[in-house]
Amino acid sequence: MTLIHIIFYVFSAVAIGAGLMVVSSRNAVHSALFLVLAFVASSGLWILLHAEFLALILVLVYVGAVMTLFLFVVMMLSVNKVMTRESFVRYLPIGALVVVLMVGITFLAVGPAHMGLAIMPTPPMKPADFSDTAQLGSVLYTDYVFPFEVAGALLLTAIIASISLAHRIPKERKVQNISKQIAANPKDRVRLIKMPSSKRSQ
Amino acid sequence: MMEGLILIGTIVAKIVVIIVALLLSVAYLTFLERKVIGYMQSRIGPNRVGPRGLLQPIADILKLLMKEIIVPTASNRFLFIIAPIISMTTAIAAWAVIPFDKTFVLANINAGVLYIFALSSLGVYGMLIAGWASNNKYAMFGAMRAAAQSISYEIAMGFALIGVMMAAGSLNFQTIIQAQSGGFWHWYWLPLFPLFIVYWISGVAETNRAPFDVAEGESELVAGFHVEYSGTAFALFFLAEYMNMILISALGASMFMGGWLSPFEGIPYLESAFAWVPGIGWFLIKLGFFVFCYLWFRATFPRFRYDQIMRLGWKILIPVTIVWIAVVTLAVQFHIGPWFKEIL
Repeated sequence: MTLIHIIFYVFSAVAIGAGLMVVSSRNAVHSALFLVLAFVASSGLWILLHAEFLALILVLVYVGAVMTLFLFVVMMLSVNKVMTRESFVRYLPIGALVVVLMVGITFLAVGPAHMGLAIMPTPPMKPADFSDTAQLGSVLYTDYVFPFEVAGALLLTAIIASISLAHRIPKERKVQNISKQIAANPKDRVRLIKMPSSKRSQ
Repeated sequence: MMEGLILIGTIVAKIVVIIVALLLSVAYLTFLERKVIGYMQSRIGPNRVGPRGLLQPIADILKLLMKEIIVPTASNRFLFIIAPIISMTTAIAAWAVIPFDKTFVLANINAGVLYIFALSSLGVYGMLIAGWASNNKYAMFGAMRAAAQSISYEIAMGFALIGVMMAAGSLNFQTIIQAQSGGFWHWYWLPLFPLFIVYWISGVAETNRAPFDVAEGESELVAGFHVEYSGTAFALFFLAEYMNMILISALGASMFMGGWLSPFEGIPYLESAFAWVPGIGWFLIKLGFFVFCYLWFRATFPRFRYDQIMRLGWKILIPVTIVWIAVVTLAVQFHIGPWFKEIL
């Protein structure tokens, strides 16, 4: 049991525990925060695998951007509706079905038949100046450039689609015309009047 | 075993040095801020505690530590307590990869820029959680504004840093600084000038400082997300904010101003005349300039309106960075000027 093992088991335990709390927590905000914890723990696991680029991007994109937006929405909802035990029981069968399916597929794809030291020997330790980022980039832009570009185009389409869904015609928006605001001239709005000060009577 | 212990010992010693220096600089930055803004507004600023008011920060710290921490009854107790801790942790942890000198850096990791960026994006959780857990409408509004603002400006800032990464061809801070060697005109502020300006504006916005401090907005939201915090819990938020200010300044100094490099490199007489200045000296001078700008902005500019902040971030800064990234791509491809040399 080396230090690496201890770190691995700590991060795994945190990730699994946080994952369980995401579904069992009664407060939506707590669930979202546990999901953040799960992401952070799994990025710790990726660092152990020398995949520092993926680990940091996971924190940057999912924790820093996606989950912040999630929390943003969840906090705006009226969170007082605490999930009752009945709804938990009602969704239990379909949840169990999904879990069985997911675990089954994972087992078939990366089960013990595909794992073990006999099939996949321990990878050699990378030298200290090994750059995972450069490696990833050189593969991504040569061998996988077409799938990569297709994924990019798909994401762009999704952005355009979501904007056009949320976009309203100007009449329905309370939009402010900034250039008009900047061009506002005090001479058109304020009338300065010169008035002689009057002597106080008495 | 012994070697391992010595290694851990030196790392812990370095951490202690960095943290103590940081805490001291935050304490005196508050003093400097009040003095600088005071002089800019024709006042004297604090001058009562100690000679020339120099002990004022110590008095402030003692005051904050002595005060009672009040936890509102209707708040979410656990999250209320943990929010300032999150803010503080992310603010300190980011300092691990900042290069102070050629050899003095705690962790010289390959993906240093990404690491800083990931941690600064975590910092917003402190504010969000604090705003929500306080169970206060003002705090909630402050948190919402802070979150929306830092998500928007993170994009502009990320794009600005992508330009630097492309020019240097690396994510490692020491490599980025080495790539700028050759004196004042070789630093990246010149070829990446639009990105430098965008970085600096979004850096100020990212730390929620004036003129982008709508998250606190005294006149409308009392104090924003930390309205319910008192004593040490408030002090942690305060510390985190100032540490982030210094961090953004340090990043600006190392990515656009050549970090610990001397500005007189390559100039015949001046280079040897200033050779005695250690790298950390140059680094601190550059950092100090950026920190001073923070105070200067605060004394100069009125607060932005919220929708104008969003407009500036999304409609002006992001398009500027996208255009300039295209320019940088061409410059890197054709090795233009002394800045975009062939990376070996």
